[in-house]
Amino acid sequence: MNIAIGAELPPLTVETSTTFVISTAIATRDFQDVHHDADAARARGSEGIFVNILTDTGLVQRFVTEWAGHDALVRSIAIRLGVPCYAGDTLTFTGAVTGRDGDEWEVTVTGKGDLGDHLTGTVRVVIPGEAP
Amino acid sequence: MTGIEEAAARIAEEGPSERRFARDPVNQAMINNWAEAIGDRNPVYTDPGYAATSVHGGLVAPPAMAQVWTMPGLRGQRADDDPLSAMMSIMDEAGYTSVVATNSEQRYHRYLRHGEHVAASTRLEGVIGPKRTALGEGWFVTTVTTWYVGDEVVADMVFRVLKFRPSDASGGAEAGDVLRPVVSKDTEFFWEGTRVAELRIQRWGGTLRHPPGPTPPDGDLGAVPDYVVAAGTGTVYSFVVQHHPGVPGKTTPFVVALVELDEGVRMLGELLDAEPSQVHIGLEVEVVFVPVEAGLTIPAWKVRS
Repeated sequence: MNIAIGAELPPLTVETSTTFVISTAIATRDFQDVHHDADAARARGSEGIFVNILTDTGLVQRFVTEWAGHDALVRSIAIRLGVPCYAGDTLTFTGAVTGRDGDEWEVTVTGKGDLGDHLTGTVRVVIPGEAP
Repeated sequence: MTGIEEAAARIAEEGPSERRFARDPVNQAMINNWAEAIGDRNPVYTDPGYAATSVHGGLVAPPAMAQVWTMPGLRGQRADDDPLSAMMSIMDEAGYTSVVATNSEQRYHRYLRHGEHVAASTRLEGVIGPKRTALGEGWFVTTVTTWYVGDEVVADMVFRVLKFRPSDASGGAEAGDVLRPVVSKDTEFFWEGTRVAELRIQRWGGTLRHPPGPTPPDGDLGAVPDYVVAAGTGTVYSFVVQHHPGVPGKTTPFVVALVELDEGVRMLGELLDAEPSQVHIGLEVEVVFVPVEAGLTIPAWKVRS
């Protein structure tokens, strides 16, 4: 792999079905009702159940390491949430290499859902054999 | 400083919570569930043969699972000294009943391995609000969590949530969805009065003042006020009819009247059960006390019969 600032990552699309939202919430041990109980989510002012932030962090990690390779070392993941990602939405991740600091590459990520930008984030990752 | 800000300052001052161990040590079963649900197929998490030949030299946990290990779980109780849970309770009581995460910034100092038992400690970084957001009025609560294996820091996180009162626009009005007066040291006697059906007016010597304030109209800083209980009758001095925008807990249109009390001061309140077209300046009204929730009674007006 030949990495350079400005390089774009292959997009990743995730269908956030009801099963996806609930199974990821449980797998991240997040039992907040808004992630598995549609009636409770609506009573709290939401359109329905939505993806939790621990899953977003996991998806961003998956997106970057699928590109960077199995031996890439993820050093940090910072995400900021925008509009919610509800069950039934399609979430598409795009990203690009935006900088480097020592042996860490900085990748900027956007996750776009049906309502717009669901998240923006920055990942720092060390890629063996790609020392700057 | 508001009550919420005072509580936040107190909780922040208490510093980090005791370190709390994860339910389970790092283990393959939870990693498998997580990788399957997220769709992460990296074999360094799940394939011992591959992992042995990788940079890790063996299986590791996905770094993004750092927080997962120490989540409280379905029946889990947060620790008594957990600052986030303390802050959430205070917000719930203040009517900010919903919560949504907004920011997560995690740093992974190294990858975790099977059998390691992480412990987490959290401190309150700060509370900002109230802010108007698309979801409703709310407060941003920021915490910092550090994960340890033994005394080694293995990961840390800045985490921010919005604790909010759902806006009426969704149609999901809740019991907590009501406008509350701000109660200060200068006004608490007034709200104590409404709870016992007394309309109390601040008195500085021979002068009545409403709304109540910290100093008398003549500015004498040494003066101390008391109050008189008003008869509760007066006339409409001015009024507005609210058509738009909607107000939580109210059906539009409704009338807000500025009433001149018989004692001489003027006081605002909703004029209940009145046709807007029938309301006029000089209309004779009397006070009614409307219980809103435990501990809160708001004075309003009705046309005197």
